[in-house]
Amino acid sequence: MNWHAIRVIYKYEMLRTWNTLLQSIASPVISTSLYFVVFGAAIGSRIQSVEGVSYGAFIVPGLMMLSLLTQSISNASFGIYFPKFTGTIYEILSAPISFVEVVIGYVGAAATKSLIIGCIILATAGLFVDLQIAHPFWMLAFLILTCITFALFGFIIGIWADNFEKLQLIPLLVITPLVFLGGSFYSVSMLPPAWQTVTLFNPVLYLISGFRWSFFEVADVSVGLSLAMIVLFLLICLGIVWWMFKTGYKLRQ
Amino acid sequence: MQPIVSVRNLSKRYASGHQALDDVSLDIDKGEILALLGPNGAGKTTLISIICGIVTPTSGMVTIDGHDNDTDFRITRKKVGLVPQELTLGAFDTVRNTLNFSRGLHGHPPDPAHIEKTLKQLSLWDKRDSTLMTLSGGMKRRVLIGKALSHQPAILFLDEPTAGVDVELRKDMWALVNELRESGVTIILTTHYIEEAEEIADRVGVISNGQLLLVEEKAELMQKMGNKRLTIDLRQSITEVPAQLSEYDLQLSDSGDQLIYTYDTRRERTGITALLQTLNQSGLSLRDINTSQSSLEEIFVNLVKADS
Repeated sequence: MNWHAIRVIYKYEMLRTWNTLLQSIASPVISTSLYFVVFGAAIGSRIQSVEGVSYGAFIVPGLMMLSLLTQSISNASFGIYFPKFTGTIYEILSAPISFVEVVIGYVGAAATKSLIIGCIILATAGLFVDLQIAHPFWMLAFLILTCITFALFGFIIGIWADNFEKLQLIPLLVITPLVFLGGSFYSVSMLPPAWQTVTLFNPVLYLISGFRWSFFEVADVSVGLSLAMIVLFLLICLGIVWWMFKTGYKLRQ
Repeated sequence: MQPIVSVRNLSKRYASGHQALDDVSLDIDKGEILALLGPNGAGKTTLISIICGIVTPTSGMVTIDGHDNDTDFRITRKKVGLVPQELTLGAFDTVRNTLNFSRGLHGHPPDPAHIEKTLKQLSLWDKRDSTLMTLSGGMKRRVLIGKALSHQPAILFLDEPTAGVDVELRKDMWALVNELRESGVTIILTTHYIEEAEEIADRVGVISNGQLLLVEEKAELMQKMGNKRLTIDLRQSITEVPAQLSEYDLQLSDSGDQLIYTYDTRRERTGITALLQTLNQSGLSLRDINTSQSSLEEIFVNLVKADS
């Protein structure tokens, strides 16, 4: 294992975050605060509680997931796409490293950034609503697993994309709708039965449900199923990245 | 002696159908400077890119210092440094950080002393904290060389290192290449500048249409492939070559006061003695004679022309 390579890739990517602090950290925090104002204060004042939890607090896990998913994907996809775009990817390809080091470096940095953002959003939410975390260990486990899994997914998008439009395509057209329709702002039980069945096909539902359970012990699906789904998605992403590096898909000519 | 780089039956056909390399085999000895010459699209960059692991070959194999470049890539790539043809650098990083990054990627711990030495060697020390986007083209080229040298490679690939750089920087680079060779580094460079190959290479390879036409010691190549020209200055101008000299295929200069005889140095008899005797009999009065060797450029052009 080339630890020095992991160190420099990780350091380089983290340095990029500090150099673009406003875009990387301030922007998601501001947009999440706006969600709290709109959904928590304006709409929340008309909805007393959902499954025994105040509406303002109920939406916190969903809002965190929304930011974690989009940030993990955009950080990781940009991290690997930019060297492809500028041509500096030649250095990664000609270095004595395998896909393991590349993934740990790029995905690790993207997941770290998302984790930091998640923690900041959690602290920000604490300013708006009274928050209690029933299972801190599981909350952290869901948080870390989600960051890593979606950073891996973003990494795949970054390798697949050959222009900036494609880089934005999946996050905008797939991820954001899935998060909004995955129970971020409501409980699935509030939907008509037919839509409840449709929602079960949305993978993001399982992430939000498990994450919400770690806060309030309230879940739309069982916690074990949530955990199994996220681990399954993680393994699928790892398999795809391995295949991309093995075949050189969109990396090596 | 085992070659430090051995290329065997390497072929590359791109997805577009373009055959960039066609059954290329090549051995590169430790410590030598090999210049690869060839027209645009000949396959030089593809060859270098395959050896460095950037492009996957369609068939064939590469060994570096006896190790398979595919299965032992962790060993082989540590030994190789690459200066790409394009000025491919990030924009926001500093000069020093980008060298540290390259060193780390190749599995080496930080070594500020070596990085400082490399930056000074490339006259970049004053720019060490400048961001890359603020540098001129020549400076960026130096940074790329610095990155390739940051992990002290045993083999250095320079893909068109002096393309678009001024004369001063080109001379600096030649000096650096000689310095590296003296320290035992094997250097493979592709170039469009024949004078560059003529100036610094030990051996010259010519690639055209994906095939390696030849690899020869530079001096031997010039000796073997080079034609010589004998220029005869006449005291009086003439309007046409006398009939008795017709068998020598002489060219008359536009001014009419020079006869040019081209001969092949590989031939047992060059025909010079007979020509001079015939000249004497023809009554022409000579003022001077001189010979000149054809340059590497002429050899290269002839080879590529013959191939196409």
